[in-house]
Amino acid sequence: MVIGGGLAGLAATMKLAELGIDVDLMSLTPVKRSHSVCAQGGINSCNDATRQLGDNEWKHFDDTVYGGDFLQHQPPVKEMAYWAPKVIDLMDRLGVTFNRTPEGFLYRRRFGGTLYKRTAFAGATTGQQLLYALDEQVRRWECEGKVTKYEFWDFLGPILDDSGACRGCLGQDLVSMEIRAFPADAVILATGGCGLIYGRSTMSMVCTGSAVSRAFQAGAKYGNGEFIQVHPTAIPGADKLRLMSESARGEGGRVWVPKKAQDPRSPKDIPESERYYFLEERYPEYGNLVPRDIATREIFDICVNDGLSVEAGRQCVYLDLTHIDPQELTRKLGGILGIYEKFQGVDPRFTPMKIFPAVHYSMGGLWADYERTAEGGLQIGSPRNHVTNIPALYAVGECDYQYHGGNRLGANSLLSCIFSGLIVAPGIENLLASQEKTAADQTGSLYASAVRQAQQQHDDLLKRSGGGENPYLLHQQLGDVMTKAATVVRNNAQLDDAIETVNELAARAEKCSLSDSGNWTNQNVVFTKSLLDMFPIAKTILKGARQRDECRGAHYKPAFEMPSLKSDEAAERRREAEAWCDRFEQNIDKWLKSTVATWNGEQPDIVYEDVDTSLIPPRPRLYGLVGAEEIDQVWKERQRNRDKSAGGNGAAKSGDVKEPAAT
Amino acid sequence: MGSTNGNGKPEFITVRILRQDGPGQESYWERHQVPYEPELNVISLLQKVAAQARSVDGKQVAPVCWDCNCLEEVCGACTMLVNGKTRQSCSALVDRLLEDNSNEIELRPMTKFPVIRDLMVDRGRVFQALKKVQAWIPVDTYYDMGPGPRIARKEQEQAYPLSECMSCGCCLEACPQYTKVELTQQDGESAEDFEARKAKAYDHAFIGAHAISQAVLFNSHPTGKGNADDRVDALTAPGGIQLCGNAQNCVAVCPKHIPLTTSIARAGRAATVRGLKRFFDA
Ligand SMILES: Cc1cc2nc3c(=O)[nH]c(=O)nc-3n(C[C@H](O)[C@H](O)[C@H](O)COP(=O)(O)OP(=O)(O)OC[C@H]3O[C@@H](n4cnc5c(N)ncnc54)[C@H](O)[C@@H]3O)c2cc1C
Ligand code: SF4
Ligand code: SF4
Ligand code: FES
Repeated sequence: MVIGGGLAGLAATMKLAELGIDVDLMSLTPVKRSHSVCAQGGINSCNDATRQLGDNEWKHFDDTVYGGDFLQHQPPVKEMAYWAPKVIDLMDRLGVTFNRTPEGFLYRRRFGGTLYKRTAFAGATTGQQLLYALDEQVRRWECEGKVTKYEFWDFLGPILDDSGACRGCLGQDLVSMEIRAFPADAVILATGGCGLIYGRSTMSMVCTGSAVSRAFQAGAKYGNGEFIQVHPTAIPGADKLRLMSESARGEGGRVWVPKKAQDPRSPKDIPESERYYFLEERYPEYGNLVPRDIATREIFDICVNDGLSVEAGRQCVYLDLTHIDPQELTRKLGGILGIYEKFQGVDPRFTPMKIFPAVHYSMGGLWADYERTAEGGLQIGSPRNHVTNIPALYAVGECDYQYHGGNRLGANSLLSCIFSGLIVAPGIENLLASQEKTAADQTGSLYASAVRQAQQQHDDLLKRSGGGENPYLLHQQLGDVMTKAATVVRNNAQLDDAIETVNELAARAEKCSLSDSGNWTNQNVVFTKSLLDMFPIAKTILKGARQRDECRGAHYKPAFEMPSLKSDEAAERRREAEAWCDRFEQNIDKWLKSTVATWNGEQPDIVYEDVDTSLIPPRPRLYGLVGAEEIDQVWKERQRNRDKSAGGNGAAKSGDVKEPAAT
Repeated sequence: MGSTNGNGKPEFITVRILRQDGPGQESYWERHQVPYEPELNVISLLQKVAAQARSVDGKQVAPVCWDCNCLEEVCGACTMLVNGKTRQSCSALVDRLLEDNSNEIELRPMTKFPVIRDLMVDRGRVFQALKKVQAWIPVDTYYDMGPGPRIARKEQEQAYPLSECMSCGCCLEACPQYTKVELTQQDGESAEDFEARKAKAYDHAFIGAHAISQAVLFNSHPTGKGNADDRVDALTAPGGIQLCGNAQNCVAVCPKHIPLTTSIARAGRAATVRGLKRFFDA
């Protein structure tokens, strides 16, 4: 049984079908309409051209780990980087209309976080094209009778036997509202991200995280919840925050707000002297081209803390291209400006765009296991790969926590989704071969009582008396709290407040009343259920963020930032660099750990798990830090000493695999 | 609200929605009013209508049902008739609609598909057609076999627009040859039997421009060519391309601007060639 028909779920389904395994595929939407269609940018792998410039799989692995601030177990990531070229070859064979060079090879471009042109893409709709190719293959298996689809079905939770193993799941038909048990020998969750917990995000309407939350509440562990990626420039819509590519800044866009808060004049009537180009003023060197995370923080800061948002009712700043020749803009940015015009009804070549950072991706997700080979890769075919702590319940795609650590590189997620979907299949094949008991051996009462219980909950929800809380308004409030406290900049006082407020909201949500108590295509009750299930994940994100007193990847807590070096005097500066590295090492010991949460019925309990960094030892990220060179030097010296002394006995940190080209 | 000052925007937006409680039931109109806000689209408008769940005369009503997901015009879920035109509702901007008719916005479900509830329809037939034309590349295996066939840039540029089809059904709603097929589950008929009966009925009715275009897409791919004849046979079977009256409504409404009539012409030529070949082989 596969839940979710995005890239990850479809890849798993088609591979399982090829291995001769019958698959039931359940999804809230027809699988072809899954959120994966939204991805525009592309998918990464090293390739023949980059190889000749010195690139290789190891470097892709290294970039991914470094970008994620070392918070991911390295063997699965390494395996993914080594499979990446094969994944793209496969998608190419499946007919994806990747852009081509004049000679007919795949065209590649460069994405953030790397020096190489690794990214293959299909126009501005790469995700859509990849998803369609997999959707088509699954349709082919459907025709051959290997796959049965349950579209417009909501996953209500796993069904566990007495030993705690997963023996199937519950689903509800969104049209007839029938609740049914689906016996299965293994269940794979591929249900994507949870952006809707933040109210609006760049994600699609079904990205509520409800399926994951239901597994979490049934005992599955949740990892690294607090790591949420925020994209600096999105178009704030009433319904959704739509991505605005960063190339708008790259082509000369200037970011500003009126000096007078909420100046009612139209932007073009505001003279230069009354505009605050805050990025240019605060970062004279980089100006509007500051890195992604800094742009995000500053835009957030100017609106939330300085109160200088362009509008009163909604946070946004101007991204202004109107000083550039309109024809040039059309030539260079036509496609993305067209999106703005289509959804805002305003031509950004003549009127400044309004933009604001938006929640974009969840690095955290269901905790999942893997089996390591001696060389530090994945043991392909191991039933442990991608299994959660509940036997026979698996997690792949954006809903697992495995590949991106503290932050995700652009164009790496489509890769991790397809890769994880493909490699989970042989593991399941082996699981099925070794299972002593199958779902067919279960007594019918296991399933019957699970259905009864779910039906009871459903009926109770419908019977709630009127006049209670409105679920849509509660969702808005939850989104506001989460966006304020747990996105770009985090501080403990605010997180404490947020935890309290979310607890209150959760309690109020228990008193939601429905405006539709019918039993036919009742979207009201489905939404209310997913709202209730947002709270456990929201609480996990907040608690994880509250406890993690450091800065790592997307988790930025200024109170715990590593300082720049201050002295101008060489010896003193050296001392400062040594102290900096001491502190950095202490921080590794304390915080280079994954957050792992379990649900106790009311709140998450959190423990920390060591990270397998045996292949690439952690090193500091020194972007834009004063004294970066000295720190780097000290760090490298220490690393060399460690490598020397580690010599033979159990080189825990520096690893048993050496690649000459790794830097 | 500064931006509504004196620019003639109404205080309220009135929405008239054609509702239907379930398959086979009578439909009825219902009016809703939502305070005006700038920069809404039809989906955000519907969200507000659902949140207040009260019609214009103050009556508590069940929230309206509709279908959507991406809100970026790439998933194809949200097709409906907005002021009589078939289109994606997520990219239908309220300010623009009000320019055409400031009195009210009218929303209706698609007419060529069975209504499930309110604005939600059953578009299973759209996907059934993709099965009929075998819209996939028949690769041998998903094991690693190296890269795919080399494809010239010009061919990619021709194929890419066709591969953007999001199965939204606009082209079908607009097509005079595409008529509604609505079956009801009979007493004692199992869900599976009902599905099979529907698939059969769909296969006999007109296949639609989107599927013709997909067949052309796969027939132009070096590997897809392998079963090109099967696709052409599917296109000439009952319900096939011969039903197309060349009215060209489809191409005019496709939100992705897919050159559907070009595809239909290409498929027509392929069908003729295949017909002749079969004639001489026989
Ligand atoms: C605007 C945007 C642009 C992006 N661009 C890129 C890019 O250029 N490159 C890149 O690598 N990544 C990109 N990403 C990230 C990437 O698109 C996603 O991480 C990826 O598509 C997730 O795929 P998935 O298979 O895990 O889940 P999804 O595609 O989200 O699919 C989830 C599936 O689960 C189903 N489901 C969910 N809940 C339930 C439930 N309760 N019951 C039943 N079914 C359920 C849904 O119906 C759906 O079929 C982008 C993301 C966004 C938002
Ligand atoms: S050209 Fe053919 S498919 Fe298109 S609208 Fe006309 S009859 Fe329908
Ligand atoms: S061809 Fe165009 S209108 Fe028809 S289903 Fe595809 S995208 Fe929609
Ligand atoms: S919601 Fe996806 S096309 Fe409109």
